[in-house]
Amino acid sequence: MDLDKLDRRRNFDAIVVGGGHNGLTNAAYLGKAGLRTLVLEKNDLVGGAAITERVSAGTLPSGFSFTTFSYALSLLRPEIIHELDLVKHGFLPLMMPSSFHPTGDGDYLLFGDDHGQNLQEVRRHSPRDADAYERYHHDLDAACRAVRPLFDNAPPDVFGSDPEDAVDVKWLVDHLRGVDRKTMHDVVRLLTGSAADWLDDYFEHEAIKGYHASSSIIGSKVGPMSPGSALVLLFHKMGEHDGHLGSWSFHKGGNGGFTQVLARAAEAYGAEIRLGAAVSSVLTENGRAVGVALEDGTELRAPVVVSALDPRRTFLDLVEPRELPLDLVDNVRRMKFRGVSAKVNFALDGLPVFPALPDTVDHYGGFLNIGPTIEYVERAFDAAKYGWYSEQPFIDAAIQSVVDPDMAPPGKHVMSCFVQYAPYELRGSDWTTERESFGDNAQAVLESHFPGFGDLVLHREVVTPVDIEARTGLTEGNIFAGEFLAPQMYFFRPAPGWSQYATPIEGYYQCGSGTHPGGCVIGAPGKLASRRILRDLER
Amino acid sequence: MITTTPFHPRLSELNSQGLYTHWQGQLSALRYTHAPKHEYFAVRNAVGVFDTSPLYKYRITGPDAERLLSGALVRDIRTCRPGQAQYTAWCDDRGYVMHDGVAFRHSPDDFLLTAGRPALSWFQELATAMRVELEDVTGAYGMLAVQGPRSRAVLAALMPEAESLAYFDHLPAKVAGTAVTLSRTGYTGDLGFELTVEADSAVAVLDAVLEAGAPHSIRPFGEEALMTLRIEAGLPLVDVEWHDARLAMSDADCVTPRELGFGWMLRGVRDGSRRFVGSEAIRRELVDGTSRWATTGIVVDEADWDRIHREVGLFPPKSEHPLPYESMLLDDDRAEIGYCTSFVYSPVLQRHIGIARVRPDLAAAGTELRLELAIAHHNTTVRVATSPMPFFDPPRKKG
Repeated sequence: MDLDKLDRRRNFDAIVVGGGHNGLTNAAYLGKAGLRTLVLEKNDLVGGAAITERVSAGTLPSGFSFTTFSYALSLLRPEIIHELDLVKHGFLPLMMPSSFHPTGDGDYLLFGDDHGQNLQEVRRHSPRDADAYERYHHDLDAACRAVRPLFDNAPPDVFGSDPEDAVDVKWLVDHLRGVDRKTMHDVVRLLTGSAADWLDDYFEHEAIKGYHASSSIIGSKVGPMSPGSALVLLFHKMGEHDGHLGSWSFHKGGNGGFTQVLARAAEAYGAEIRLGAAVSSVLTENGRAVGVALEDGTELRAPVVVSALDPRRTFLDLVEPRELPLDLVDNVRRMKFRGVSAKVNFALDGLPVFPALPDTVDHYGGFLNIGPTIEYVERAFDAAKYGWYSEQPFIDAAIQSVVDPDMAPPGKHVMSCFVQYAPYELRGSDWTTERESFGDNAQAVLESHFPGFGDLVLHREVVTPVDIEARTGLTEGNIFAGEFLAPQMYFFRPAPGWSQYATPIEGYYQCGSGTHPGGCVIGAPGKLASRRILRDLER
Repeated sequence: MITTTPFHPRLSELNSQGLYTHWQGQLSALRYTHAPKHEYFAVRNAVGVFDTSPLYKYRITGPDAERLLSGALVRDIRTCRPGQAQYTAWCDDRGYVMHDGVAFRHSPDDFLLTAGRPALSWFQELATAMRVELEDVTGAYGMLAVQGPRSRAVLAALMPEAESLAYFDHLPAKVAGTAVTLSRTGYTGDLGFELTVEADSAVAVLDAVLEAGAPHSIRPFGEEALMTLRIEAGLPLVDVEWHDARLAMSDADCVTPRELGFGWMLRGVRDGSRRFVGSEAIRRELVDGTSRWATTGIVVDEADWDRIHREVGLFPPKSEHPLPYESMLLDDDRAEIGYCTSFVYSPVLQRHIGIARVRPDLAAAGTELRLELAIAHHNTTVRVATSPMPFFDPPRKKG
């Protein structure tokens, strides 16, 4: 290799640390803008927490794939699809046509793509809730519309003294002044209140409330009765599938299929991706980032280094905290992660049977929501408050092979179960000891709704918060790289004064889900960070 | 009175919606479930079945069958060997398109021709003094389209011949002990097949296909899904993209094959070496360059689509249901330079697409135009660019 080539292998315009979906998105935008960009991924597969893995276990036939961690798509900002030309690289979100919610008494709620039929389904349980259902979605849509410009732009720096900051703040104030007072009040109630209180204002039926409350606790150490849970609910409603707000899709091949698309897009824009390349530290000279050191000792140079890792890793692991302002270090140390989510993934011999719907598969087209009422979910949360996992957990399940048969051999199925609550730190035990017992709890709950479920299980994989942390690097297994709590959002994500993707170290940036707007497979942090970087570079 | 197809007894059992339309007087499902888009994805990602029986079917036999068809059809039927099929069209003597259909050649003198509209008497009149038999066999057969990336695996389990059947080829096969014609044809732009089966055996064949398809998530799809699929495939539809020239009251409602995007069918017309009804008028059109229109795809600038909706406080709709009306295409000076005949949001392409007719000088791919539409009760325009069709053309379609 001649010296020029060697030089090119060690010197880049930008280095992105972490090949999760935000790192890849960031790299694709930087590559598109003409920067020679390198992505360094510690694992042998890109995707971070959005990966799909072939299952190989004992006598299990080949052909099963699990979405090990993240399992569906909604929050991804739609403009990224076009700006990065993702369809050309295989982007294919498949509709999840239904949403199924057993009500715990043998009955169920089944929602689909036909609004009128959904109304009848609500009315079957509560005539009073039918028009409430329409009002509820209208009001929530209005709140989303009001919040959206905040969601899709970097937060103004309210602490900044630059004239540009004043312009940004004025933009924000002007926008908020344009929001009608009912919607503004709704937004505040959503940002600060509990999902239970919010839903009480609309619905009377416990299962209908339970159904709508399910998105209020995902990934968060809150119960639906906790203040703050409505924020989580609103955040999830910001997603869409093909223009349908709050709808989810299953990417072809799972979220791992999606991150492969992103990787191809990034490479097509000239980015290079190195696997098995764990970064040990960011190199600085005179207070400015100049590159990174890999764990194997290799040093790579670039005037721009972007961390796609969570705020703990970004500010406490990759750089010396002493290089940072004390208040930032304090804030990052105080930041709440507290993972409470686990996965239990099943390979199944066939479809489960729900006794009230014995002859159809149409209720398996989307999420199976096991959390019949708010009270059920709140009781599942109770255990987590005291350092233990739910005996009867909340489960957000999806039989993904119904939507994408390529996930399992013909006639067989895979079922992804997102299970809460599973606190990262157990009191008096650890996850190595409790793993299978936790899996048994989840399986028993499924058995209670789908008798005979256990007989279908060919293979079971339990992914605890400790596993999530170990494999993806997400601190305490928090799937959002920092909890969705009001003091950790918007101006304050990840820390006051540092919500615009820069860091106190010149040339060092952050683009992970710990930055605004936050977690889920969303792409916005990666995109907004690239915008900031390119602005700083005057490109 | 409304009639039903040979597959109706079973397909109606699978229809949870009770939503039908009338396709040439036959009951045809709009959708089978609450989510036609899910049916659409069965075709794009797994396998779906569609009842295409309402197509008219004409059996044309005899020593002069080829002579009749080569003088009637726009595409050269002489190049279609037994075991092949051809998508084709036919015109009136002014060179305006009447209908389209697929000609299946079973032997040198035995054809089956499908047609979107009735055409028996027209062919009979052309057959005067020829040694040819024409028979309307529409009701005698059911036609079942089995479409999607897994269609080959499903059908190969029933008929090993499906494994190697080439695009637009057909052959006799057996399903559930019943003789069928298996063809590698369809109207979805995807890998797909059609089964032509005698009416009495239709349900048995359908059952066998559904059973073989069950492990592959097979599901029936209705006309709503089909419309999205066929627009993505760039396939025109009678009475949407064009009207039967013989029934049109104005030349403005008539199009020539070239104007309709069928220029590829016209080999041998310009030099006069091939003659069929309307070919002389078409030859003059080609030589004199008098085409009024060119058919093209259009793709919407999605950022502009977003903007024009958000500016008036609306969420940008992305509907996989085609627009039910014709929209004008404008240039930058707001002059009308064409019109869009079909328009839909494509889930696989993640953008709005349309089939359009523009002034021929504006048809080059990438030409930027504006599509008129009404938003919040005001006419406005969205930026579009012309695009080649098909919009969606996976290698598996022909591979």
